[in-house]
Amino acid sequence: MDPVAVTSLRWIPLLPLLGALVNGLAGKAIQRRVGEGAVAAIAVAPVAAAFAVSLAVFARLLALDPSRRVLLDVVWRWLDVGALRVDVALLADPLSTTLLLVVTGIGGLIHVYATAYMRGDDAYWRFFAYLNLFTFAMLVLVLADNLLLMFVGWEGVGFCSWALIGFWWREPVNTTAGNKAFIVNRVGDAGFVLGVFALFWALDAAGHGTVAFREIQRHAASLDGAVLWGVPVATLVTLLLFVGATGKSAQFPLHVWLPDAMQGPTPVSALIHAATMVTAGVYMIARLHFLYAMAPATLAVVAGIGAATALGAATIALVQDDIKRVLAYSTVSQLGYMFLALGVGAWTAGVFHLVTHAFFKACLFLGAGSVIHALHHEQDMRGMGDLHAKLPVTFWTFLMAALALGGTPLTAGFFSKDEILWHAWSSPYGGTLLWGVGVAGAALTACYVCRQVLLVFFGESRADPHHGEPVRESPAAMTGPLVILAAGALLVGFLGVPDGLGGANPFAAWLDAVFASEHIDAAHAAEAAHDVRLEWALMAVSVAMATGGAGVAYLIYQARALSADAVAGIAGGAPYRLLVHKYWLDEVYWATIGRGVRWLARAGAWFDARVLDGVVDGSALVMRAIARLESRFDARVVDGFVNALADATWALGGRLRRLQTGNVNAYLYVVVGAVALVLIARIF
Amino acid sequence: MPGVPLQHVLLVGLVLFALGLYTVLTRRNAIGILMGIELLLNAANVNYVAFARYSGAPTDGQIFAIFVVMLAAAEAAVGLAIVLGIYRNFESIDVDATHALRH
Repeated sequence: MDPVAVTSLRWIPLLPLLGALVNGLAGKAIQRRVGEGAVAAIAVAPVAAAFAVSLAVFARLLALDPSRRVLLDVVWRWLDVGALRVDVALLADPLSTTLLLVVTGIGGLIHVYATAYMRGDDAYWRFFAYLNLFTFAMLVLVLADNLLLMFVGWEGVGFCSWALIGFWWREPVNTTAGNKAFIVNRVGDAGFVLGVFALFWALDAAGHGTVAFREIQRHAASLDGAVLWGVPVATLVTLLLFVGATGKSAQFPLHVWLPDAMQGPTPVSALIHAATMVTAGVYMIARLHFLYAMAPATLAVVAGIGAATALGAATIALVQDDIKRVLAYSTVSQLGYMFLALGVGAWTAGVFHLVTHAFFKACLFLGAGSVIHALHHEQDMRGMGDLHAKLPVTFWTFLMAALALGGTPLTAGFFSKDEILWHAWSSPYGGTLLWGVGVAGAALTACYVCRQVLLVFFGESRADPHHGEPVRESPAAMTGPLVILAAGALLVGFLGVPDGLGGANPFAAWLDAVFASEHIDAAHAAEAAHDVRLEWALMAVSVAMATGGAGVAYLIYQARALSADAVAGIAGGAPYRLLVHKYWLDEVYWATIGRGVRWLARAGAWFDARVLDGVVDGSALVMRAIARLESRFDARVVDGFVNALADATWALGGRLRRLQTGNVNAYLYVVVGAVALVLIARIF
Repeated sequence: MPGVPLQHVLLVGLVLFALGLYTVLTRRNAIGILMGIELLLNAANVNYVAFARYSGAPTDGQIFAIFVVMLAAAEAAVGLAIVLGIYRNFESIDVDATHALRH
């Protein structure tokens, strides 16, 4: 079945690119002459237009038969080298369209929010140029029909992430955080590239060299049984690509950059480091689910890493004091849930959680930004408190999103998270352990988000009393997106109400065209034998655990029945210190990789200075000695020989010259004498 | 030609040759040298004719003699032209004066 050829898809990434170009090239002048409003309009309009086109694409797909829901826009032939043929081609199927709506929709809301949040910044234009450029790169990533083009977007978002984390570059800590994000991502990207190479290599060996997703899917079966470097190709490729996903999506052990990325402006945190870019790894695996389905070993790794990250990051989030860092670790944790879902073969559940998470986490970040804005860039939760009456809109929207994150029944987060937990339990790749870790993570999630709400919005105000200006609610451009996102956080869950709860699950039906053919058979069987009562029971357990978690937070921070210090002091404070220091992972990285690289550099410098320079200098000395010898030989022997020859010739010539008298008679005497001599010799 | 033996005729040739050689070796006048050369050639001619007379094929030697006479005429013409050139350059036909190429 061929995809429907269209030419409209290219406008979706092109419009934000246009905005980025205009603001990037002329934004400074526009901001100075016309004002920030013009810059904002130039930035927001293309994203809004892209959203409109995306909606049109969505409608177009809906109108098609479910089995034919693929739009393809081939822009141009990019590479044609040997067996490698790559088009710049954009692909819209239900999966990429889902992401498309998230990126342009939520991205658009965040753009609107940022127009108010960034007001007064000297580099207003630069911010929006980057933000639009990011949107462009993300859309390329999502729409790419092949791995290479996806990699272009993949690197593009990485660059924009770097540029926006270090946006306020006058503070060295910001640029350092940006560099950290970039370098850690580089590690993952290396895995991604190697994965693409290995995949192309293996497919080429099987006679189907290609990097286009649809072609890979068609020929994936030819990889069955193929072995590369002693590992099944499917396992090797998927593991390498997963390394890329751990970098981009901040999974253990490459998650360390995301919390530091919070140095960027808050809209950036919401857009790039919560809703869109960090989900790229999840999207990539969902895109290549047919490969992952062929590699059970990789799935186990994905699920294990996902579960470990979900739990580990949640524990760290418990003890963070920076309002954005709590959310950053929460994001890491929630991404872990998505990978847990992918790892047990529940592709739909993973993507569904991606969508719901984009809503509630963007809302939380923007809410946090609103608080920070109102408190004049105070980010420490110990300096907040009692804000629920002063910032009513922010409070209510933040609360709704927090409820969704905590997994309160009937909110978006509840449906998507319990879908994941159910699959973690029932999938043949899942198990009690994965489920247990997931539920424990859910309890901790409820605990830290409850703590955050209580610390920020309740209790007594701990704001600096010397701050003269009163705390005021943010302008409509900021609260508007908050309200929409909060509504989404409450409602999008109903798109994917699982069958067990009597929902039709239109979301799963929508994605079925992408995932149906590759459903893991056993999982399908488990789906068929869906034990509704069991599902209800599991849900009850997780809700109970979450309630418990939230209850603990309530006891500590609101009812004061438990002292926070007492809890921190459990077991001599060792667990608390472990969490505050984020499992010492940064320190471990510094001690091993950082030091290692430095030591390597120093060793290299020493080697260079002593050994290499020594060899070079030594050989130069030897050459000089040889040259001196040679010059002496040249002067004495060679020149001597030549000069001697010349002298001898000169002397001989001097002698012979005397014979040449010029006197004809003399010559004749010689002639006659010679003839006479010959005659005499003849006669005797 | 009875009565005159070959040896006598060859003697005449020898005397002529010796005179010519003496002239060539001692004269410093270029024209004198040319005249000496003329004597040398004609000494050879006498020998040719004599040997022709006393050998079985009289015409061969005579033809050679005629060739030599012709050659001598040509040689004299070229030689006199050279002498004229020397005179124009050196204002002299003394062969000792014409050593401009010595160094």
